[in-house]
Amino acid sequence: MSDSYEIVMGIEVHAELSTESKIFCSCATKFGKEPNTQICPICTGMPGTLPLLNKKVVEFAVKTGLALNCSITKENKFDRKNYFYPDLPKAYQISQLYLPICRNGYIEINSKGKKKKIGIHEIHMEEDAGKLIHDENATLIDYNRCGVPLLEIVSEPHFSNGDEVVAYLTALREILIYTGVSDCKMQEGSMRADINLSVRKRGEKELSTRTEMKNMSSFKEIKRAVEYEAERQISIKQRGERVLQQTIRWDEEKGIGIVMRSKENADDYRYFPEPDIMPVVISDGEIKRIKNLLPELPQQKRQRYISEFGLNDYDASIITSEKELCDLFERTTALCDRPKEVCNMIMGELMRILSSLGKTAENLNVAPEKLASLINIISEGKINRNIGKDVFEQIYFYNVDPWEYVKENNLLILDDPELTEKTVNEIISENQKSVSDYLSGKQKAKGYLIGLVMKRLKGRADPKSVNEAVDKKLKQLQP
Amino acid sequence: MKITENSALSLGKMLQSREISVIELLTEYLKETEAKKDLNAFITICRDESLKRANIIQKNIDDKVLSSPLAGVPMAVKDNICTKNILTSCASKMLSDFKPPYSATAVERLEKAGAVLIGKTNMDEFAMGGSTESSYYGSVKNPKDTKKVSGGSSGGTAAAVASNQCAYGLGSDTGGSVRQPASFCGITGLMPTYGSVSRYGLIAYASSLDRIGVMGKNMSDCAAVLSEIYGSDKKDMTCSVAKKTDFTSFCDLGIRGMKIGIPRNFFSEQTDAFVGKSVLQGARELEKSGAELYEFELPLTDYYLPTYYITACAEASSNLSRYDGIKYGFCQSGDELEQMYVKTRTEGFGLEVKRRIMLGTYVLSSGYYEDYYKKALKVRRLIKDSFDDAFKKYDLLLTPTAPTTAYNIGENRNDPLKMYQGDIYTVAASLSGIPAASIPCGKNQEGMPIGMQLMAPQLREDVIVRVGCAYEKITGGSVDE
Repeated sequence: MSDSYEIVMGIEVHAELSTESKIFCSCATKFGKEPNTQICPICTGMPGTLPLLNKKVVEFAVKTGLALNCSITKENKFDRKNYFYPDLPKAYQISQLYLPICRNGYIEINSKGKKKKIGIHEIHMEEDAGKLIHDENATLIDYNRCGVPLLEIVSEPHFSNGDEVVAYLTALREILIYTGVSDCKMQEGSMRADINLSVRKRGEKELSTRTEMKNMSSFKEIKRAVEYEAERQISIKQRGERVLQQTIRWDEEKGIGIVMRSKENADDYRYFPEPDIMPVVISDGEIKRIKNLLPELPQQKRQRYISEFGLNDYDASIITSEKELCDLFERTTALCDRPKEVCNMIMGELMRILSSLGKTAENLNVAPEKLASLINIISEGKINRNIGKDVFEQIYFYNVDPWEYVKENNLLILDDPELTEKTVNEIISENQKSVSDYLSGKQKAKGYLIGLVMKRLKGRADPKSVNEAVDKKLKQLQP
Repeated sequence: MKITENSALSLGKMLQSREISVIELLTEYLKETEAKKDLNAFITICRDESLKRANIIQKNIDDKVLSSPLAGVPMAVKDNICTKNILTSCASKMLSDFKPPYSATAVERLEKAGAVLIGKTNMDEFAMGGSTESSYYGSVKNPKDTKKVSGGSSGGTAAAVASNQCAYGLGSDTGGSVRQPASFCGITGLMPTYGSVSRYGLIAYASSLDRIGVMGKNMSDCAAVLSEIYGSDKKDMTCSVAKKTDFTSFCDLGIRGMKIGIPRNFFSEQTDAFVGKSVLQGARELEKSGAELYEFELPLTDYYLPTYYITACAEASSNLSRYDGIKYGFCQSGDELEQMYVKTRTEGFGLEVKRRIMLGTYVLSSGYYEDYYKKALKVRRLIKDSFDDAFKKYDLLLTPTAPTTAYNIGENRNDPLKMYQGDIYTVAASLSGIPAASIPCGKNQEGMPIGMQLMAPQLREDVIVRVGCAYEKITGGSVDE
């Protein structure tokens, strides 16, 4: 990429809200149900029906705005965006153009160690459209998604590379999940990001013509798409040609952008105030009440984990990247008061199991009580650390009670010096080759012998006493 | 006197006292609808459904579980008001097969009070028009003179009430569509405050103006019907302030000391001289009963029509976009999506509807929004303010309902502007959100009825009921004297 150009990007994120019911009717919003089973005359825009605003949507929007440092609009109105498309049964989308509910906020991001404030231009509430399903001979329509509440979060054009975009989306996603506003599953379409991108010669003040990119299904694809589009625009400019204002669909498989439509013949959405919905007034008291509902946000948590629990920066950011990990960490720590041990168990054992299963921390099924009990048992020296790992697996997969499991399977640490000594003697006499290796200076051989002793004692011996016993025996054998 | 000529309230009393049964009464009305088919007042006659329902209502009256003053009385409902599983066509080819799976709140409330739906009435297509000539099902003839229009857009309900094919009916009023046909057919039409009667189930033309209104033989009937449908509804966010009220209790309160404002500029040269004279004569009758009359000027009258038509068409262009052939109603297929849209809407809508969609699309287009739609919103505010000011001085405003009496069928059909001129006196109350009614006040030389419009402040339907009832007492009553 040529250094004489810089990229300017803004992002529009659509997040589906996790409300039980839709924005203008009482239909459920569950994902993946049989087509057209979560619909009613209102969300399918039947003649004579009227929208009824779901108050929860307003609350969620205010919550998001407060979490993103926005000012909240006190008197909210809705507007109609008119266009024809089969997935939009009223042929207009109820949205907010003139008075969006949140404005002028920001998110602080950390991209490759550099901190940057990204401005939030506005957040508005709107309804989602349905889905077209293309069959061999026909196009079918599923209206289940019609009227699912959306927040459109519009950033300022503050991004200059793909890493910043990913850092922003990661931070935004964390906040939306933390506040319980959205589950942000890109694969299910509950979080979608459109990127507005233009390039200009370094030092130029004016923004150049931009394109809008859609249809990226992961952060990875977004980064790829951004890099592709920036290079495309720069090469157009280098050829002395003009970038056209277009909407581009990202084709993941081919790794290229495909022009969906040219905006030169701009769409005219004929926005006007929605007459079916009265203005929604949000009082200061209401804003205060919602502010009190806000949970601690990821960045605040990260700081607190470092200062209060003494975690290092890396561990703290991994754990705070997932709400479920935070919950497990905090609740377990509250029970056993051993934050570092809890952190190690999560970062070590839990993450290992999750990554081996290819799973995320979502729907985590580890009871903090059981984890705390396990950590206490280990820390008090009642079982060995390695056995602890096995017990953790048992908790994860079979939901066992750690203390009962340890007792039932005789896993308690052995406090039997005679048995230890006897076993050491057996191993030494059975492994003369290793003994002579050690005696001829191969330090490693000692570890091997210790391992064999531990193994014969089924891991239950205290490693320190085994170590001492082996040392003592080998010393005796020293010429 | 035929039984069907009685007022709805007297019929209700006769039913409660078992002077007549619900079935007997319904049968009489069904005979009228058969005999007066030529007026074309109905799109659908609900013969089987109404007979079935009449039996249920009779049983409820017999069991003394239904004592509403309207129980068992046959009503007609305009065909843009949804009735569950019964064709609700908006008099359009577009919805000529549409049977909604729900009823409008107003219909539900009336049915709870024991109303028997006799049929769905003809209207201008999607309530756009002032003569019921734009109906897909043909014009409605005026019962007073079948060469003349019945007015519109609720011309079917007006003609049905005036010709005793139902005891009362529901219409809808966006710019005068209840009041003007009431005036043309010589009955009473009452449009309540915007937001006092739920719009749920009223198929939208212009959402910020649309209201369900009541049409009856006299003001007491209208008051009784309004009492059943009035009040907030959880299904309509714009209907939240009005409380359920019994308006019949205002009928006998009289009008002594009531201040009635008469805006001089509602009697300008475009008003037929005979109409103006009759309305002023009516005002003087009220004065004799103790009201005080004050002439004054209302400002902005030149802006009423443009403000109304810009606002209404803009909203209509959006509200009618959903008729695209995909989900319900008429569909004309095409090779491509856009072709299907174009064919469906070209063939499914009539001329007047298309004209208003085009106008509305234009005034909302980028570049024109500020000049037209936004300006109209501002002027609408000023018009409303001018009425608020007037109501600081007067309890009620009195004007002609329409500048003329009913004209000949076909006379204005090719002159939309002339047709729009007919709304000049009704649209102001629509834009201001205030209640207004038309009551009969005499006839012209040809014997065609003249309407007097009564306008009151927001949520003060009681004032209109008092004046209307007082006037009926003076003139000795209702339609046919």
